[in-house]
Amino acid sequence: MNNENREVAIRLSGVKKMYKLGQIGGGTLQGDLQSWWARIRGKEDPNTKIGTDQRLVGQTFMALNGVDLTVYKGEALGIIGGNGAGKSTMLKLLSRVTAPTDGEIDIYGRIASMLEVGTGFNGEMTGRENVYLNGAILGMTKAEIDAKMEQIIEFSEVRDFIDTPVKRYSSGMYVKLAFSVAAHLDSEIMIMDEVLAVGDMAFQKKCLDKMRDAAKKEGRTVLYVSHNMNTIRQLCDRCVVLDKGKVAFEGDVEEAIGVYLGTKNSNKPVIDLNAQEREKWFTKCPARMMQLIVDNDQGVYVMNSCIKAHLSVESSVNVDDAILGVFLVHQGIAVTCSKSPSVIRLRKNETVDFSFMIDLERLAPGNYTVKLVLSRQNELGGAEYLDVVMDGYMFEIVQPEGYMNNMKWNIRNHGYLTGREIEIIQN
Amino acid sequence: MSAEMYHTHISSKHNWFDLNLKEVWRYRDLIVLFTKRNFVLTYKQTILGPAWIFLNPFMTSIIYTFVFGGIAGMSTDGVPQILFYLCSNAIWMFFSSCVTKNASTFTSNAGVFGKVYFPRLTTPISNVLSSVIQFVVQMILVGVFLAYYVIAGEVTPNWGAWLLIPLVLVHLGVMGLGFGIIISSMTTKYRDLAILVNFGVQLWMYATPIVYPLSQLGDGLMKTILLINPVTAPVEIFRYAVLGQGTIVPAYLLLSWAITLLVALFGVMLFNHVEKTFMDTV
Repeated sequence: MNNENREVAIRLSGVKKMYKLGQIGGGTLQGDLQSWWARIRGKEDPNTKIGTDQRLVGQTFMALNGVDLTVYKGEALGIIGGNGAGKSTMLKLLSRVTAPTDGEIDIYGRIASMLEVGTGFNGEMTGRENVYLNGAILGMTKAEIDAKMEQIIEFSEVRDFIDTPVKRYSSGMYVKLAFSVAAHLDSEIMIMDEVLAVGDMAFQKKCLDKMRDAAKKEGRTVLYVSHNMNTIRQLCDRCVVLDKGKVAFEGDVEEAIGVYLGTKNSNKPVIDLNAQEREKWFTKCPARMMQLIVDNDQGVYVMNSCIKAHLSVESSVNVDDAILGVFLVHQGIAVTCSKSPSVIRLRKNETVDFSFMIDLERLAPGNYTVKLVLSRQNELGGAEYLDVVMDGYMFEIVQPEGYMNNMKWNIRNHGYLTGREIEIIQN
Repeated sequence: MSAEMYHTHISSKHNWFDLNLKEVWRYRDLIVLFTKRNFVLTYKQTILGPAWIFLNPFMTSIIYTFVFGGIAGMSTDGVPQILFYLCSNAIWMFFSSCVTKNASTFTSNAGVFGKVYFPRLTTPISNVLSSVIQFVVQMILVGVFLAYYVIAGEVTPNWGAWLLIPLVLVHLGVMGLGFGIIISSMTTKYRDLAILVNFGVQLWMYATPIVYPLSQLGDGLMKTILLINPVTAPVEIFRYAVLGQGTIVPAYLLLSWAITLLVALFGVMLFNHVEKTFMDTV
């Protein structure tokens, strides 16, 4: 498509957003006063750091670091990126919750931004009263809400409870009602976060269909943020990958997903473990894991595959019976742990290389971190740590197409390990 | 197309004189709904319901009658004490609630403000409107007592001056809003001031002829301070209308209006400036 002739819905140019780190208190007041005094005298602000191309500068953090982006009318644009890539910040800027530190944003049309459903809902008020209030907060007039009331109630599936205070609602009913209000806004641009797909499975599908209709049939511009690549594929015709506060890729959806899965974490085949800071409690470090090389590195593995890796270790002591322990950690919780029988011999001031395999059999889809522990058994039979690396390697496990009817695996509900598929034998 | 109608430009640069009032007007339905919510919520799940609007000032007035009228023996310009204090209470509670409610606009609405955009000024405006409703309800109570004392021949209100009461409300409402949003804008980053507000408002009450009439003060420094206090002039107009007693000095009334408009203008400018990024520091 020729972008030159298309109508622009949103244009961001050179948008930066800076956040201050640390707590606000007496200390920040001193800094503020210093900057203010310098400004008054026309001097340079002593608290400005030079070289703001870096992301983390002194006490500040660039959540967005120069984003240029054009969104055209009537397109469904997906925004993907790892945690901390700047997605939420961008949505916040577009929905005008906060202002950019630098740069300009032009928005043509009304924005219905749904960063959270049920904003301004008040437990004491009835469903109907809340629909009015929430609708007005989102920018509708009373007449518009009156006109849509019937549709909203119908969509929300909570007709019987509409005149009951929402504090008596179940959490599912609450979000259903809230989503319905948001979904019925008259706006040219819709901004949506994936958390919006709420409620039970049937309602989730209804939500996604509603969004798709908004984009495809009603010709609205949709910005959709998600970690779920499948919904991105279904919903969007163009996709943007954000990485470290910048646009890393813009264009075709499939390519973007490829880029995203690539930029995720450490796609470098050689991982410098030496540079990683060790835990504070770990003061004595007789051996040091220097680098990890992952042979079949993709950052993403299909279920039941395995990771092939080489590790090199430098030692300052002689150890004959070192043991390598591999923990697969999901959100701080160790899911599996495997150890080698004592086979590693470390020599003083020498580097030892060895290969090993991490078996991923039956590990559930999700994101994992590999924690590497080098230890030996001491005289008392306990473990004596030689070196510990908390975030050795990060990877994601995805399920193959069609697995268990494409069920969306949720570790919290379904567990860390997958069961075998059930075969039904009908008589 | 309609999209052109709604062009929004967001820039890191801020124009101080862009008051954004047009947008506030577009959200007028929201102001009404916020006002309704404020009013309804206060008395939900209470047995006495809106009766509390009567009971609260009534009890305060009885205490004032007892403490200031009875023990301290302060004069009320010949007006029956209970009526005098009811009247003072109604007008002062209107003003003070405008200040204190708005003083926490940003901090107490951070949850909503952080998720969705609407002109933030709608919140303080609706706070003032709910204070107006509260005032009107209180005036019913004042009216009951007033009727009794008028029939008994103890007070003679200036009925013509009642037409000025809406103007008094606008005057005090705008002033309260101005002071309130200035405080709220200054407390998003450093909360210290917010702690002082309640204390400050109480002190302000004693620096205003609320529990005593202005006529009780001689022509000293004290009286000048009281006259400069911008709340004094509208309060005295109100009293002149309702109780038939009040000292109105035109020069100070003008001064009061000037202060009010300045405070409101500065307040809205500051408020609009802070609202852009307050979520980062609140």
